[in-house]
Amino acid sequence: MSFAEVMGAYADLDMAKAIHGFQRQDVMRALDKDRLGPDDLLALLSPAAGTMLEELARKATAVTLRHFGRAVQLFTPLYVSDFCTNSCVYCGFNAEQKNKRRQLSLDEVRVEAERIAATGLRQVLVLTGDAQAKAPPEYLEQVLAVLREFFPSLLLEVYALTQEEYARMITAGAEGLTIYQETYDPEQYARMHPSGPKQDYVFRLDTPERACRAGMRWVGIGALYGLGDWRMDAFWAALHARWLQDRYPGAEIGLSLPRMRPHAAGWQPEHPVSDRDLTQILLAQRLFLPRAAITLSTREAPGLRENLLPLGVTRLSAGVSTSVGGHGADQAGTPQFEVADDRSVGEITAMLRSKGYQPVFKDWQQLNPVTP
Amino acid sequence: MHQDMMDDLFEIGGERLGSRLLTGTGKYGDDAVIPEVCAASGSEVITVALRRVDFQAATGNVMDHIPKHMRLLPNTSGARTADEAVRIARLARAMGCGNWIKIEVIADNNHLLPDGYATVRATEVLAAEGFVVLPYVNADLYMARDLASAGAAAVMPLGAPIGTNRGLQTREMIRILIEEIDLPIIVDAGLGRPSHACEAMEMGADAVLVNTAIATAADPVSMAKAFGEAVRAGRRGFLAGPGAQRMQADASSPLTGFLEG
Repeated sequence: MSFAEVMGAYADLDMAKAIHGFQRQDVMRALDKDRLGPDDLLALLSPAAGTMLEELARKATAVTLRHFGRAVQLFTPLYVSDFCTNSCVYCGFNAEQKNKRRQLSLDEVRVEAERIAATGLRQVLVLTGDAQAKAPPEYLEQVLAVLREFFPSLLLEVYALTQEEYARMITAGAEGLTIYQETYDPEQYARMHPSGPKQDYVFRLDTPERACRAGMRWVGIGALYGLGDWRMDAFWAALHARWLQDRYPGAEIGLSLPRMRPHAAGWQPEHPVSDRDLTQILLAQRLFLPRAAITLSTREAPGLRENLLPLGVTRLSAGVSTSVGGHGADQAGTPQFEVADDRSVGEITAMLRSKGYQPVFKDWQQLNPVTP
Repeated sequence: MHQDMMDDLFEIGGERLGSRLLTGTGKYGDDAVIPEVCAASGSEVITVALRRVDFQAATGNVMDHIPKHMRLLPNTSGARTADEAVRIARLARAMGCGNWIKIEVIADNNHLLPDGYATVRATEVLAAEGFVVLPYVNADLYMARDLASAGAAAVMPLGAPIGTNRGLQTREMIRILIEEIDLPIIVDAGLGRPSHACEAMEMGADAVLVNTAIATAADPVSMAKAFGEAVRAGRRGFLAGPGAQRMQADASSPLTGFLEG
């Protein structure tokens, strides 16, 4: 069974209309429960709940503290290749963009790894564009082999792979995977992804499940808020996470809250998401999935990241560059998106400590250490 | 301390312990508070997730904050199979963390409940390798017997799902373990208030492990002290032999009074 079938079961309902019908008492009822159902999630994402964010925030803060304590996992992205065959209209790596492309050699990966390791970070997210011919699974395996010498925890954010390919990545040292559906609205998805392998909506939708089947320990999903109706995208992303968690209890399913930012080509989101909207998404998803890790990237400004932290965020990126070679400081490529929080690892660490939070650098131990 | 409490020995793996409260290292806003928590609680055993220990870090390691007199109890947090738990335990010992190990095998991230079958398998392997094994399990009699046969040094049943602070939800099952299992019973997980810990000790549990309730308290040091006092009070209450509880008041006119005439 695919999550597409779960979505299909809702096909006869006018969800976007229904969400506007919720009243204050529906929200109160949802807040009263320990385990929320899909109806409760919709209520928390409704305009009615939008006027009750303080009440949502009180509970979300308590839930987060109980399950995660005052600890925040830190990581940084490492872009290794920006070659891309997709033409996602919102992305700086869009194949139509004529910027010069770059892919790191393994020696360059090592240089980047040394720079990142020197900051104290112990979890790295490896990113590529979508160009299998340029950066095939074999290349990813080689990159992981280099990085395993430096980092106990490695996550991938690369083009969608098959189950067998994910199994290879696990053997090569990948602990987890991040893959966003971008938007769960199939029509909007088609408009946003007019060409390239990413056009296949269902293959994309089934990707986190293939990773779970392969045995990936950590799978992070989400929507890119701003591409479609944010209330519906937040609903489907959270429901997708719950569905995966129920079917694959051994995997840890996390959520991210990427919000569309301007990029090199100057594309502007059709469905702008305000700070208030983003806060509501975080609160609703936290209450629906009390134990899920929630990541907030440097797409958001320092002040907002700090304010959202106690409401449910458990993972933050730090010392971020969104371009290939960005940690090595020379010959960096074009950024994928504009970073709004360019603070160093030291600065993020100091901020967390000043707010009574412990920065967590290491939260996993490779059990098959690399033999030198 | 009164003589009766001083004679009240508590041993795990042949090691005599002065406190029946075990503490943890997770969820603190600042690990620097850990020494104060240890001192205030009186605890002598502290558990640490090996996955969080960075043996390569020059500074900022949780191990830097654990007082030297504490008995280290590494745990296998993050293990999803018996094999992973075994490998984490071996790694802990190889890295100088001693031969005590708290086995946690959790393959359900919805509820974070322990996998008892896998825990028994890991216990068999590790006990045979000379580890002092403290397995974290559901409060289940058959599982506890299997753990005892497998060589566990104690059994650590959960009071409620981890991190929920709901207290002794498994009260009746823990009571059976206390009666039937000839190993220390250490109630772990779910104890959210000092009164929960006190209740477990009054029931006859040998010890409790408390982490979340201390680490996430507004004042962790004060809460650690409160748990230390509650554990001592509960133990003393158990040793004192509480009077039987009655479900109703004594009738003022006894139904069998006529027999006395």
